[in-house]
Amino acid sequence: MTLASTGDGYAHTSAPATANPRKVLNNAVAVSPAFSLGRRAMRAWIWTLQNALPPALTTALLLLIWQIAFSQPGASLPTPSIVWSESKDLILQPFYWAGSQDIGLGWRILTSLQRVAVGFGLAAIAGIAIGALIGQSIWAMRGLDPIFQVLRTVPPLAWLPISLAAFRDANPSAIFVIFITSIWPILINTAVGIRNVPQDYRNVAAVLRLNTLELFFKVMLPSAAPYIFTGLRIGIGLSWLAIVAAEMLTGGVGIGFFIWDAWNSSKLPDIVVALVYIGVVGFVLDRLVSAAGRFVTRSATP
Amino acid sequence: MSKDSDPYLKLDHIAKSFQRGSTTTEVLRDIHLSIANGEYISIIGHSGCGKSTLLNIIGGLTPVTKGAVLLQNREVNSPGPERAIVFQNHSLLPWLSVYDNVAIAVNKVFSGRKSRAERDEWIKHNLALVHMSHALEKFPSELSGGMKQRVGIARALSLEPKILLLDEPFGALDALTRAHLQDSVMEIHSRLKNTMIMITHDVDEAVLLSNRIVMMTNGPAATIGEVLTVPLARPRDRLALVSDATYTQCRAAVIEFLYARHKAPSLVA
Repeated sequence: MTLASTGDGYAHTSAPATANPRKVLNNAVAVSPAFSLGRRAMRAWIWTLQNALPPALTTALLLLIWQIAFSQPGASLPTPSIVWSESKDLILQPFYWAGSQDIGLGWRILTSLQRVAVGFGLAAIAGIAIGALIGQSIWAMRGLDPIFQVLRTVPPLAWLPISLAAFRDANPSAIFVIFITSIWPILINTAVGIRNVPQDYRNVAAVLRLNTLELFFKVMLPSAAPYIFTGLRIGIGLSWLAIVAAEMLTGGVGIGFFIWDAWNSSKLPDIVVALVYIGVVGFVLDRLVSAAGRFVTRSATP
Repeated sequence: MSKDSDPYLKLDHIAKSFQRGSTTTEVLRDIHLSIANGEYISIIGHSGCGKSTLLNIIGGLTPVTKGAVLLQNREVNSPGPERAIVFQNHSLLPWLSVYDNVAIAVNKVFSGRKSRAERDEWIKHNLALVHMSHALEKFPSELSGGMKQRVGIARALSLEPKILLLDEPFGALDALTRAHLQDSVMEIHSRLKNTMIMITHDVDEAVLLSNRIVMMTNGPAATIGEVLTVPLARPRDRLALVSDATYTQCRAAVIEFLYARHKAPSLVA
């Protein structure tokens, strides 16, 4: 029995103890160059099968159920096939431009992302700075923590009227809503992270006589990084939730306003497509922050 | 310049009590000890007798209630690089590589005195001293417990401390690794001739490494019960010492102190 004669290396290389293991090993070595490419392709194929097939199957199944559930005449919601036939230009051409309000969903998403970037960026800077302060100083915590605990329970949209009144403009108001929504998890997680910097690290810093700035940037911040990134990840999710709601009310260009506009002109298929866009972008944002966190803290697992 | 008759390090009638609400707990009382330059001192005692508190006081991490720590006739009451500490759990910064963990210390302490190239060489020299040159780019999470402690020792040595304080440095290690590191520390001590103070609860370790063993009574209000001089010549060889009469006597004296006269508080009750 040789491997070559069957023409199929896989079954035999994984086969358990044979009468002459050495001979099998020699054969395997001799055969492997010819098979290595095929084996690598096979492994990639198996990986794809294991990871892409289950979600593809469940998605197909859900679409099928949706199609059947709403296919009778006079159904309240469009079926997937109607969404495809009526809104496929939105799916296929995300970046077309035909006038100020007749633009692809890609552009609208980018406009919304721009607002999120500004609001979330400001929230990250302010949240980490204030969080570090209340994590470090017991008096800052006593003074500020109760206020933050009350403010953080205010729903994002409740801030909108007052920020519209303050800024007298839609765009800064939307950015402020993002900021005020996403700052709390960043701030609170940073504070917890700073408070949990092990005493050992502080002792090391004390023996070296690090000054306040060195202590903060060389010890506190890296030590609290896993906590901070947890806060940032929750924060980016919340800001994506808030931007859509804020844009529905403030108008202008953006994915939130697009949904409101489509609702007003009874274009339900467009709304369905927009929902998918929002979901996918939210997922990507979450993964990006999570990947950034893993990159920054890659060696910090004790 | 201190006179020759003055001790290198002097613990001058140190007392320490902790205040918690209205109750005061006296941890240490009347600790009085003079240590010469180049001496290896072990502090031994049962858990809870305040050994670590005493080391933290010498290190400047804990303030004294009464008395003073005098290093070359100058009072020290805050932490500083001339009294480097090797922490029990190594305390390496997990986000820095082995090299960077020593570099953060060297770059801070020698920034004005050594050039960049000299500092780089000094970092590598200290890591070579503890036999860790092969793992410069490794992170602490990739090292064994013994290797982490070696890097902790290298970081402390790199500060060129006047006194090296070791807080149960081998406590968390298995017996073989511990023996290995003890030999390393003995080798470093004989080469650098620096003053070392080590907290331990291991009798053999204390006798093997020390010039003098400071035996603490039980807390609360612990103090120095007895100081035993170990008259063994250096370099010491652990194999030869096993059957050495002096070694056995010293060992017996410490054990007698710890288990007959000052039993662990939990065992007395």
